[in-house]
This record gives sequence, C-alpha cells and structure tokens, in this order.
Amino acid sequence: MAGYFEPTEKGAAAALDAVEISIIRSLAVQLLELIGPGDDHLGDDPLAELFAEGPSEAPTDPVLRRLFPDAYADPATAATAQEAEELRARSAEFRRFTENDLRAAKRESALLVVRTLDAVPVDSEGGGTVELTPDQSRQWIGALNDLRLAIAARLDLRDESDTDELFQLPDSDPRKPMVIAQLWLAGLQESLIETLTAGG
Amino acid sequence: MGRVSVSPAETEQPAAAEETFAVPEPDLPWVTLVHNDPVNLMSYVAYVFQAYFGYSKEKANKLMLDVHHKGRAVVSSGSREEMERDVQAMHGYGLWATLQQDRA
Repeated sequence: MAGYFEPTEKGAAAALDAVEISIIRSLAVQLLELIGPGDDHLGDDPLAELFAEGPSEAPTDPVLRRLFPDAYADPATAATAQEAEELRARSAEFRRFTENDLRAAKRESALLVVRTLDAVPVDSEGGGTVELTPDQSRQWIGALNDLRLAIAARLDLRDESDTDELFQLPDSDPRKPMVIAQLWLAGLQESLIETLTAGG
Repeated sequence: MGRVSVSPAETEQPAAAEETFAVPEPDLPWVTLVHNDPVNLMSYVAYVFQAYFGYSKEKANKLMLDVHHKGRAVVSSGSREEMERDVQAMHGYGLWATLQQDRA
C-alpha cells in the first residue's frame, strides 16, 4: 500500500488502488453506522430539530466515547463530592446541547469521503485518483482522523507504549491488518495536511 | 496561564481557605485544555490550532509540543461560554479537550 496525497493545482490528489479505496470506504461506512442516523425521525418540522436535545449520558461504545468525550474533568478527580457532582452535571448539560451537532458534523465528513470515493473514475483494476479541493481536503483530514480514532479505540490503544507494542505484533495476530491500515491512514492524513500547510 | 488574579485582602480567618475551595471564584477565567493522546498526529494537532484559533505556525507548534511533552496544554482562555465553544470545536476535530476554571 503506497497511496499518498500530493499537492495539485486544484488542491490535492492521491492515486489509490482498489484495496485502498475499499479500506477507506468500508471504515467510513462503519463509522457512519456507528454514529447513527441524523434527525430524520423528527420529520420536516424545523422547530422540532432546533429544540431536540441530545443525550446527557456518555456513550457506552468505546469508539463513540472517544469521539464524544466529556467536556469537564473526570468527576473521579474531584476533591469533594459536591465538586464531582457539579462536574457530572456540567458534562451532561454540555452533551445535551452539543452532541447532536457534533454527530451531524462527523457524519457529514464521513459521507463526503464515501461520496468522493464513489465518484472516482476507476481503471480496469478498480484503482483511481481521488481529487480534492482545499475545502474537501479539510473535511477529509477530519474524517481520516475520526477513522483513526475509531480504529485506536477498537484496538484499545491508550498510550504510546500500547502503540509500540502493536507495531511489533506477529503477522499471525488478528489485529495486524488493522494496525497496518492505521499506519497507512496516518501517512495518508499527514500527506493531505502537508498539501494545505506546505510553504504556509 | 500567566495571569495574576487579585485575591481579596480578607485572609485573616484560617477557616476561609477551606470554604473558597468548594465555591469557585466567579471572576477566575476559564481555560480550554487539550490533552495528549497516542493517536492524533503532531502535524494534525498543530494544524488544528492554526485552523481553528488562527494561531501562527510557531505558536501552534509550541502548544502542540506542550501537549505532547507535558500531557496537556492551555490553548485558550475566556468566559465559560467561550470555552465551551472551543471545547466543542476541539471535539469536532477529534482532539481530547476539557474546560475548567483557571486555578493558577
């Protein structure tokens, strides 16, 4: 796997083979399924959507927990029971008013990734060149980051020593393909960031 | 960070110290903290600080290195509402951020 982004006149482009396209696409689709549907169930009433409150409890899924963390410090670190209760209440309130919007934004970025991949003119072997405008690049960078956070949460990656350990897994380990995908996605994301920041 | 808060002159009674602990000073500024994590690329963290806060490349890099080496860094300060906005934006970018009242 060697597909990376390069700067072009229009923005950025990466020549990806069929496997690379299908890895990114399926990870993005999995993330979309995990984040869940939008506010469609509210129907066409714009006011209902405006006043719809999000959840106040943190998600139980480790990926969603990482994507939508608490905004205030962990109550377990509080000095007093009163302070802990206040932290809990404030994180819950923040979640009610922000999580729906955050989910919508992440869904939109992941959807854009799927749509741009589906629009790539592919050759006889299923590979092709993804071309992005700078605006699309910014959304792709965020979406690639979400995909990497999702993989890391699934691999239970918490600190740097976990990372080192994973990179030394034997080929027979079932987590190996995910680790390799994670490494490649990091390079892909980095190369896309460089197309925006080079020279700036 | 680097801010000097003016404390009231009534430091006579020793009991007062315990009480102020539970009740946060209303005029202390709030700060947004970004925490280190093993997934976010250093280049991405610096990119986010430039893109969202409009910080210079130098300032963004310095803050990113603080996050990386010290485990966390204060990236902005202001009212609680402003910091909630910044934290929401950081979560949007996938950075692990929290807000708290500046106790420095």
